[in-house]
Amino acid sequence: MRAPRPLLAYGNGRSYGDVCLNDQGTLLQTRQLDRFISFDPCAGLLRCESGVTLNEIFQLIVPHGWFLPSTPGTRYVTLGGALANDIHGKNHHAAGCFGHHVTAFELIRSTGEMLLCKPDLNSEMFQATVGGLGLTGLISWVEIKLLPVQNPWMWVESHRFSNLEQFWLLNKEAERNWPYTVAWIDCLASGHSRGRGILFAGKHAANQTQLPAYQEGSLKVPFDPPLSLINGLSLRSFNALYYRQPVKPQGSLCHYEPYFYPLDKIQHWNRIYGHKGFYQYQCVLPPAVAQDATAELLVAIAKSGQGSFLAVLKTFGERASVGMLSFARPGATLALDFPNRGAKTLHLFNQLDAIVSAAGGALYPAKDARMPASLFQSGYPDWERFAGFIDPEFSSHFWQRVTK
Amino acid sequence: MNSLNRIVIFGATSSIAEHTVRQLVQRGASVYCVGRNADKLATILADLKVRAGAGQIIDGIDADLTDSTQHPALIAQATTALNGLDGVLIAHGSLPDQKACEADTNLTLQEMQTNALSVINLLTLLANQFEAQGKGVIAVISSVAGDRGRQSNYVYGAAKGMVTLFMQGLRNRLTPAGVDVVTIKPGFVDTPMTAGLDKSGPLWAKPEQIAQGIINAMAKGKNEVYLPGFWRLLMLIIRHIPEFIFKRMSL
Repeated sequence: MRAPRPLLAYGNGRSYGDVCLNDQGTLLQTRQLDRFISFDPCAGLLRCESGVTLNEIFQLIVPHGWFLPSTPGTRYVTLGGALANDIHGKNHHAAGCFGHHVTAFELIRSTGEMLLCKPDLNSEMFQATVGGLGLTGLISWVEIKLLPVQNPWMWVESHRFSNLEQFWLLNKEAERNWPYTVAWIDCLASGHSRGRGILFAGKHAANQTQLPAYQEGSLKVPFDPPLSLINGLSLRSFNALYYRQPVKPQGSLCHYEPYFYPLDKIQHWNRIYGHKGFYQYQCVLPPAVAQDATAELLVAIAKSGQGSFLAVLKTFGERASVGMLSFARPGATLALDFPNRGAKTLHLFNQLDAIVSAAGGALYPAKDARMPASLFQSGYPDWERFAGFIDPEFSSHFWQRVTK
Repeated sequence: MNSLNRIVIFGATSSIAEHTVRQLVQRGASVYCVGRNADKLATILADLKVRAGAGQIIDGIDADLTDSTQHPALIAQATTALNGLDGVLIAHGSLPDQKACEADTNLTLQEMQTNALSVINLLTLLANQFEAQGKGVIAVISSVAGDRGRQSNYVYGAAKGMVTLFMQGLRNRLTPAGVDVVTIKPGFVDTPMTAGLDKSGPLWAKPEQIAQGIINAMAKGKNEVYLPGFWRLLMLIIRHIPEFIFKRMSL
């Protein structure tokens, strides 16, 4: 029996939208491709099948003194997914995207052809597949160059800033001195405190004579509450309290798990939004207009009264991404989670789209479930060239939506 | 409690066995893997070598276990490679196409050879070796299907039932010698063997979960374990449905 076409690889399902969905065709579940192929603990070179999760990689490499050179906000994504979305982390300004650290991968096309791709071998297919949203074929294995670390700990400083202007100053300074920077902002604050928040700057900890003990606790949201627990009242209180948390400008040790993956501690955290779920809105804004456009976005959000308790602001570095469809590019990126309130939320997104579009920015496919085709096409000018590399038997719900 | 430091696995390329051997290696065990598909076995051995620490032996060989004449040599090779055996896990098998078996006596007998007779041949040889060494654990993956014959899969069920009954007798024989004989009865497990089945519903388990149960049962020297545990109750009910009713049911 021939499986219905088109095909699409599906890893651990952690994308927030429909890049990993394919409701007309067949999903190729890759989680059983979970084997390590080779690991050189001297050179820090790891090759494994594409369904291995970053969590499984960390368990193997951290005790050997290695770390992933680029990691997103959850470690429960697969290696293939990280490549296909060309994910970025808090260290983009220092280390680029995931794709910059990929030394090789194998792509299986629907013809049965197995293509070995490296930055300098089948290089166009390499550039199409990195950030290519799984459309160029099935990624069977990936090889990456790891980052050496001394131990599993981070040295982290946190600084409070009382508005957006202060953020830009503080961030510029932090970027020069720290490999990891990210800021949480209170998107409900307005007036003089618009854009207030906390900047977290981190680096891998130096050798320690005595490491603290660490045990990750595990919490679980057991079921969908009938209504979203994220509402105007809870948001305002959360944001006000979070902003007032004790900051540690003098720095302290923090284990890498809570530093990089605070939400991984809470299984099924998405359930707090109730059965209607949430949308994430993540955009990138070019450097010249980033400051003004960010302020405009915050004004529009505050005015709508719909807020996000996870509002994250970060600047990307200058390094150009490898992939034709890579999201990360010089500028600032703002990411916000909104409970799904139907038409009201979509209306706000249309307003935000107008600001992003006027600024010449783009939205992140991995986080998107609703961007209009026009915004995708203006944000990814290489999309037509990319389309030439798509496997004729592969497609996704996302791709059909944004190329209509 | 049994120590599980030197384990031979027959049918190591089955999904349940692969996850079990992975967890054994994580516990520091040396392992010898026998599997039918040479490419798949090589992939698994490479993976285990990445996971293993210094000093752990990761070895194996590809072999067709339906050929019983090879069994003595395979057991000897594993014993030599690991410098003795603490335990064995027999995991090979196939899921027969019941309808095809009904139409083909050769196929039916061939499935019996794969799922029952080859296992019994291995068990007979291993039993003597373990009895002589006076310790260790022999585990076999049987199935809940072996608890009662049903029209939808009685060829598989009869083969697994034979293995379960053989293991019972072997347990009775080897207990005085200090050898644990463990029968594993998994329910529905999401593996390539069950690829053709509809896997929605609450009865399906993941192979890594079953693997954990197998290691626990081997370490503790349990007799018969249902994995996950709720199958014990389910099969208790199924076994006690009177035959005059059962024979009219569509199961």
